Amino acid sequence: MKLVARIVSTFILSLAVIACGGREQTSRSNTGSNKPLTIKGSDTMVILGQRLAEEYMKKNPGAVVQVNGGGSGTGIAALINGTVDLAQSSRAMKDDEKQKAAKARGSEIVEQAVALDGLAVFVHNTNPLQSLSIAQVRDIFQGKVKNWNQIGGPDAPVVLYGRESSSGTYDYFREHVLAKGDFAPAVQTLQGTAAIINAVGRDKNGIGYGGIAYAKDVRPLGISDEGKAAVAPSEATVADGTYPLSRKLFFYHSQNAPERVTKFVQWTLTPEAQALVTRVGYFPLNQQ
Amino acid sequence: MNRGRRIVNALMTGVFSVAGWVAIVFIFLIFLFTFKETVPIFTDPEVKEEANLHKFFAEQEKGETVSDRYIWQPTSDRPKVSLWPIILGTLKATFVGLLFACPVGVAAAVFSSEFAPAKLREVIKPVIELLAGIPSVVMGFFALIVLATWLQDAFGFTYRLNAINAGLALGFALVPIVYTISEDGLSAVPRSYREAAYALGASRLQTALSVVLPAAAPAVFASFVLAFGRAIGETMILLMAGGNAALTSFSLLDPLRTLSATIAAEMGEVVVGSAHYSALFFMGTLLFVITFISNTIGTWVIHGMQRRMGGSAS
Repeated sequence: MKLVARIVSTFILSLAVIACGGREQTSRSNTGSNKPLTIKGSDTMVILGQRLAEEYMKKNPGAVVQVNGGGSGTGIAALINGTVDLAQSSRAMKDDEKQKAAKARGSEIVEQAVALDGLAVFVHNTNPLQSLSIAQVRDIFQGKVKNWNQIGGPDAPVVLYGRESSSGTYDYFREHVLAKGDFAPAVQTLQGTAAIINAVGRDKNGIGYGGIAYAKDVRPLGISDEGKAAVAPSEATVADGTYPLSRKLFFYHSQNAPERVTKFVQWTLTPEAQALVTRVGYFPLNQQ
Repeated sequence: MNRGRRIVNALMTGVFSVAGWVAIVFIFLIFLFTFKETVPIFTDPEVKEEANLHKFFAEQEKGETVSDRYIWQPTSDRPKVSLWPIILGTLKATFVGLLFACPVGVAAAVFSSEFAPAKLREVIKPVIELLAGIPSVVMGFFALIVLATWLQDAFGFTYRLNAINAGLALGFALVPIVYTISEDGLSAVPRSYREAAYALGASRLQTALSVVLPAAAPAVFASFVLAFGRAIGETMILLMAGGNAALTSFSLLDPLRTLSATIAAEMGEVVVGSAHYSALFFMGTLLFVITFISNTIGTWVIHGMQRRMGGSAS
């Protein structure tokens, strides 16, 4: 009897869900002019995208902008599948992805850089190390350096934290720091830079990486590129290009995208929107 | 019975049977879909090149330690798709989870069915069953933030997130399963068993442990099997609390990654139809088959027990 009741209630519930779904769709098609602009992609850019969207909606009453995370790869996949208008990505789109998207959407893909970001390497506040070379960071994340004393730190094991493979930060780090090599299997992959900051902040032997904007209660290390002096990540060093691990943050949409998409993208390049970029913790483009 | 009533009866019977069949058809279709996406591993030459049974299970890399020889790195420039680190992670978490949940769940069931006064029992049962209602994401978050810190402070683990932390959090989710089914089994043991034991001069503890518990053994065993099925499939707790490193290691102090967590973490970015995609669906099929087998065994055992109990009481 209990089982029957359960089956019936499940049935009714699913009917209700189906009914609701249908209603939502009709209401959307009724207000065609206010079709929401959907944005998806980089977890690093979620906060940036949301701030921009809020400001944009304030400036343009009636416009609706929805921002979602999931990782750069997820956003690009969604753009290819046509489920979003705009993909946010913290890495450049690969050529084969561009081709796939062009084929699926029937027009070329437009790339627009929107901000600069510095990728920092974080350690626990009590870690005595001040800076590392890119080669040292590579050895650490490839598992060749297993103890902090191998690179002048205390005698303690290195505990690695990184991002999951759908993340643009992961891709950027693998390409620019690991020289396209593989991460050590011991890297603990966490969901989002905030989770890495949280973990490193609680782990005195921990090391992780992520956007500078997230650094809180952890210490970003200075990074030196082959033979040069170490440079600490800061607004000035990222903006003038001396910090070696800086990258562009991108918007991608198809050329035949509706006006609500292109209007939003153009607006993000105005001084007003770029000021917002600085406030979120990234660096405006026009300084470069 | 008048005619109207008969029509309503027939109608409702129809609705119920349709609803029942819909559920069965859905499960069948889900399995069919999962399996269909796995098939390219055996048929598609391009997919077969990168992911096949041999690459999943045989040694592919050279290295000193097992963790260098069996590697899961499907997005690498040179993809490596050994399933061992992930299967091992799943088994480690399940092992710790069951090691915690089985004794605790059974002890709680024995207490509430044999020793607790009726009033206390009225409280214990719903409270433990409420534990089953805690969303696993909340349990995972608790393990990630609180439990991991406690364990590290207490035992000085190198890795905050390890098999013990993840397994314990999983264990919390398994206790209600073990408890509920074991408790039902213990309560179903006929009164005559207990009375016979008391008549022979056995104490309450002796009766509970040497008469009632063995009589309910099939239910207790079934509860373990069902808990195992749940543990294998649990995703969110292990995704958050396990550290998510696909590391081939037998140590419970290393971080781990499970089959379900791998599917959850990687399905979002995978290119549809690629070898990586098929490999993830292969994991899904594997999970489905394991859960199906363990649940079937559990159900069989419960039925067997009910028959035996019914027979002995009459």
